[in-house]
Amino acid sequence: MLKQRAETLGVHVILIAYSLIAIGPILLVVMNSFKARKAIFGAPLAPPNADTFSLVGYAKVFHASHVVTYFGNSLIVTLASMVLVLLLGAMAAWALTEYRFRGSTALALFLSIGIMVPIRLGSVAILKMMRAAGLNDTLTALILVYIAQGLPLAIFILSEFIQQIPKDLRDAARCDGVPETRIFFEVIAPLLRPAIATVAVFTIVPIWNDLWFPLILTSSDSTHTITLGVQQFLGQYITDWNAVLAALSMAILPVVAIYVIFSRQLISGLTAGAVK
Amino acid sequence: MAKLHIDALNKSYGETKVLVDVDLAIEDGEFLVLVGPSGCGKSTLLRMIAGLDAPTSGDIYIAERKVNALAPAERRIAMVFQSYALYPHMDVLKNMTFGLKFTGVPAAERERRVAEAARMLRLEPLLKRYPRDLSGGQRQRVAIGRAIVREPDVFLFDEPLSNLDAALRVSTRVEIARLHRLLKATMVYVTHDQIEAMTLADRIVVMNQGRIEQVGKPLDLYYEPANLFVAGFIGSPAMNFFTGRVERIEGGEALVTGPCIGSVAVPAATFSPGDDLTLGVRPEHLGQGAGAFSTSGMVELVERLGEASFAHVRRADDRLMVAEIRGRDTPAPGESVTLSAPAQDIHVFDARGRRLAATPVNSA
Ligand SMILES: Nc1ncnc2c1ncn2[C@@H]1O[C@H](COP(=O)(O)OP(=O)(O)O)[C@@H](O)[C@H]1O
Ligand SMILES: [Mg+2]
Repeated sequence: MLKQRAETLGVHVILIAYSLIAIGPILLVVMNSFKARKAIFGAPLAPPNADTFSLVGYAKVFHASHVVTYFGNSLIVTLASMVLVLLLGAMAAWALTEYRFRGSTALALFLSIGIMVPIRLGSVAILKMMRAAGLNDTLTALILVYIAQGLPLAIFILSEFIQQIPKDLRDAARCDGVPETRIFFEVIAPLLRPAIATVAVFTIVPIWNDLWFPLILTSSDSTHTITLGVQQFLGQYITDWNAVLAALSMAILPVVAIYVIFSRQLISGLTAGAVK
Repeated sequence: MAKLHIDALNKSYGETKVLVDVDLAIEDGEFLVLVGPSGCGKSTLLRMIAGLDAPTSGDIYIAERKVNALAPAERRIAMVFQSYALYPHMDVLKNMTFGLKFTGVPAAERERRVAEAARMLRLEPLLKRYPRDLSGGQRQRVAIGRAIVREPDVFLFDEPLSNLDAALRVSTRVEIARLHRLLKATMVYVTHDQIEAMTLADRIVVMNQGRIEQVGKPLDLYYEPANLFVAGFIGSPAMNFFTGRVERIEGGEALVTGPCIGSVAVPAATFSPGDDLTLGVRPEHLGQGAGAFSTSGMVELVERLGEASFAHVRRADDRLMVAEIRGRDTPAPGESVTLSAPAQDIHVFDARGRRLAATPVNSA
């Protein structure tokens, strides 16, 4: 009993410490984004008070640049990639677990390589390819790259979940005369909801935060994403910290919002199969 | 409503032969039960009739129509699964109507069918509920309802009662028998439970290791099992077996001797002196006292069921035999007993396990 208590306590101490380390910098960014420049450097760890509170960073961000465009671009790229990764990933996972066809094993293996090899290794080739296709400096190029980046893990996770769905269910649907596509969309997909939420979060976060591909694939203000857009406040000689912190705080919001929305399903998704 | 005909069906998974040369003809409106130990290929056979798995070779005909290349829905079958296989995210009503949308049944007709099935299975109060809010018995009734609304030619059941508790099993069994009388449809029913098989079937197919051992009416299988496997499988507790050898044949009778049976006279059949035989006697035919066939041993355990008690008796060859004792006067564990059976209740099997036909049959 006592030992169990001590164990629980130990686990909590570790988890709380981890949470502080993870949340600390984010809190610092958000806190300082509401402070005047002098206060940011004077007392970086202090929360804003009546004297130091200032919205100058946010004002600059909205005034100075194309931040709204950047935000829009990030949203378009992230959402389009997410929808396509989920749709294509779920369909591919279903096909690879459900149907035996020539080359299905090889295809599954090929896709799993994508989990192990980071897509950035192919940056030069991707850049050349997008040039050749006339897609450089477009959001489409980013979306295509992010689909390729997200798909392998999505297929892997969704395949695991599909295997846990009782086979009798699709057999019953087949006896019922439900066409194969409808079996997927109306019987299997609804049961994959927790898995889809899990994959959605895993897909969205790296895309939203990505700096690399916008940097190499986009060159004009109209195609920059928010992570890249923030960089313009970081100069070689002068950095506008108010603006940087304000822009970063805003960039965190959508990810946090999505996590809050999906967290229930995410947790049930991560633990499914572990219990019962 | 349709005949079902299976011709030289084989199924292998790689090197493993799961079904070997299965031939079967099922009459229109017949209730056929496939029974056999776990893993003998019953589900595989049923799934091939349904069209969920393809045979390695052989043909399947439903209503005189070769269906090998047809999808399940085109075969006009409906299947009920052991796991119920209800769509978890649809309510009972949707579960029953979902499939009908795709087979071109008009809305009015769908409603009529669901109403009728719901009435038949007493599902009316459950129509808006989800499967997770139903008990096991209710779920299985919904699964049966989903099969009924399809108005199939052939109903296929794969161990539909195995997930239910004992009391529900009996009541659902009665329900299925009633449905068969009502619908007059052809039904193929898989179970590993020989009591289910005996009570439901018009005819039983006993399977073992991918082969059909015997096809027949329930009581024919009981009284005239074709071989040792069927003799041991049908009847509970199982038939007792004794090994013996033909000593001599005279006057239409053969004298058989063996370690536990002394010597016993059985009607002569197609065997000759020196042949090894197996004699079989059912527990319910073994009584206390001396008789034509007699054996003895020490009582190890007595199971009292009320209408009868089963005495487990250790024989001279160290194997156990079971005798059914009627009444209150049961032997006590540790007691030595002599058990006997009339000559007409002895089944004789040859060295290859086949029942020898000349043996008289107790069909009284
Ligand atoms: N997809 C499969 N691959 C390999 N072996 C299988 C497959 N399906 C069934 N089997 C084998 O076929 C045999 C019969 O299975 P099954 O028809 O389910 O038996 P039953 O329903 O009589 O218990 C079993 O030994 C099983 O291991
Ligand atoms: Mg089975």
